[in-house]
Amino acid sequence: MSKYETVIGLEVHVELATNTKIFCGCSTSFGAPPNTQTCPICLGHPGVLPVLNKQAVNFAMKAAMALNCQVAEDTKFDRKNYFYPDSPKAYQISQFDKPIGEHGWIDIEVDGETKRIGITRLHLEEDAGKLTHDGDASLVDFNRVGVPLIEIVSEPDLRSPKEAKAYLEKIKSIIQYTGVSDVKMEEGSLRCDANISLRLVGAEQFGTKTELKNLNSFRNVERALEFEEVRQAEVLDDGDKVIQQTLRWSEELNTIKIMRSKEEAHDYRYFPEPDLVRLQIDEAWKQEIQAGLPELPDKRVARYKSEFGLSSYDAGVLTSSRMLADFFEDTVSKGADPKLTSNWLLSEVLGYLNSEGLELKDTPLTSSHLAEMITLIQKGTISSKIAKDVLKEMLATGHKPSAIVEEKGWVQISDEGALKTAVADVLSANPAIVEELKGGRDKVLGFLVGQVMKATKGKANPQLVNQLIREQVGS
Amino acid sequence: MSINRAQVEHVAKLARLSLSEEEKTQFTSQLNDILQFAEKLNELDTDHVEPTSHVYPVTNVMREDTIKPSLDREKVLLNAPDQKDGSFRVPAVFEE
Repeated sequence: MSKYETVIGLEVHVELATNTKIFCGCSTSFGAPPNTQTCPICLGHPGVLPVLNKQAVNFAMKAAMALNCQVAEDTKFDRKNYFYPDSPKAYQISQFDKPIGEHGWIDIEVDGETKRIGITRLHLEEDAGKLTHDGDASLVDFNRVGVPLIEIVSEPDLRSPKEAKAYLEKIKSIIQYTGVSDVKMEEGSLRCDANISLRLVGAEQFGTKTELKNLNSFRNVERALEFEEVRQAEVLDDGDKVIQQTLRWSEELNTIKIMRSKEEAHDYRYFPEPDLVRLQIDEAWKQEIQAGLPELPDKRVARYKSEFGLSSYDAGVLTSSRMLADFFEDTVSKGADPKLTSNWLLSEVLGYLNSEGLELKDTPLTSSHLAEMITLIQKGTISSKIAKDVLKEMLATGHKPSAIVEEKGWVQISDEGALKTAVADVLSANPAIVEELKGGRDKVLGFLVGQVMKATKGKANPQLVNQLIREQVGS
Repeated sequence: MSINRAQVEHVAKLARLSLSEEEKTQFTSQLNDILQFAEKLNELDTDHVEPTSHVYPVTNVMREDTIKPSLDREKVLLNAPDQKDGSFRVPAVFEE
């Protein structure tokens, strides 16, 4: 047990999936050639005026509500001033003292325990441009300038890198459910900075914090925080003081680098954005957005447990992605047994997706086909063992399971007459084991069933084989 | 309220302005004159007045989320001092 307690707060940036930028009509689509989605407004030419995109506000409100924030009735935009080549205006339009959402929370689960993490604020702002290195110069692409972002700031409630990762995963899941962003860390539509400090266990005052940037994957968030946690503990153990500074995580070097210390820290001189009028959000608007909120992961977990009898763990994995949860429900609504559906999705289907590096939508698998396959198992037409092969075919070809079973001749043998011979053959080939079974060693039954399955190329109905062996041996 | 020389230097740094020693003296004095002029406003009792961010009696000016044509890239880069492969080319930045 360490003598220090770790205190972490996260700042998460999420790009909103609007068609156009927050203050102009330029497209926000990802991957366009450099500087082809810019105009005088987002380039900050003199004399232009920004006009707020209503959909960006709708999306920010939706996210705020999903994260249990209070939505402001009266809100405004402010200028955050800084000089950097990624910002053509030399300021970013953001929100300072009147964010669109405040006082939110989410529940995270770590090591089987649920913990509530506070969300200080959620505000709307515009994204900056993209810089790439080019020898002694930098190249600037302004396509991303003005893409709407929400920044979600947590309370310093996280106590370990593991909790930080769980929090980020939960934020991603909730935002994904709301549909306001595609939350892809690899494309930068979900980004994360972290503040971390250490204090003696029992101390009330926070220690000096450092800020970690460039945490561009879930794994990096955890690894960088673990690294910094150890580094700060070593500094404190040596009797030194942690210096307040901004650090950058380097994945290649598996270490952190100093970006800037506090003396160089920015002074943003926020002031109200004079080019945008105030924004007032009335009850009717809030209700309209509230009505469009989907059932969120926590509620689905509770429902899957009570309605379908699933375990907390299974319900948690199924609901971690809305696409997977919707697929599960579609399959069940088509008559498949919920527990069987959950088992097949979580083991075989997810296993396949993980090993191939695919997402569900990249495969030809449909909920109708999966439901049909599970119904075939339920009816005893195919064994679970054969079903695995059927599923592989379905994932590869998109063919109907019944067609695959017929084409391959994989129908389960549930005909006693046909199986009796196979059972008799196996029993006569293994007299010693048959004696053991007669002597009461039930353990060997599995071996004999296995042999029959092998002889029938997996097509025998295992329950029936079981029954026939017992009948023939008379045990 | 008054402003000292160190604050003038700080503000100049933030604004990326390079000031000579004479200019620093001159601007400190001029900025203090302006502040002193504005000081008159402090005679008003504003204890119970909400801060004003905008003077217009207008709220909620918004547009629909509809794509409009962007500017041709040639025009976008027309005033760029330097460019490469469709990007603006600037002196290297150290962060990131």
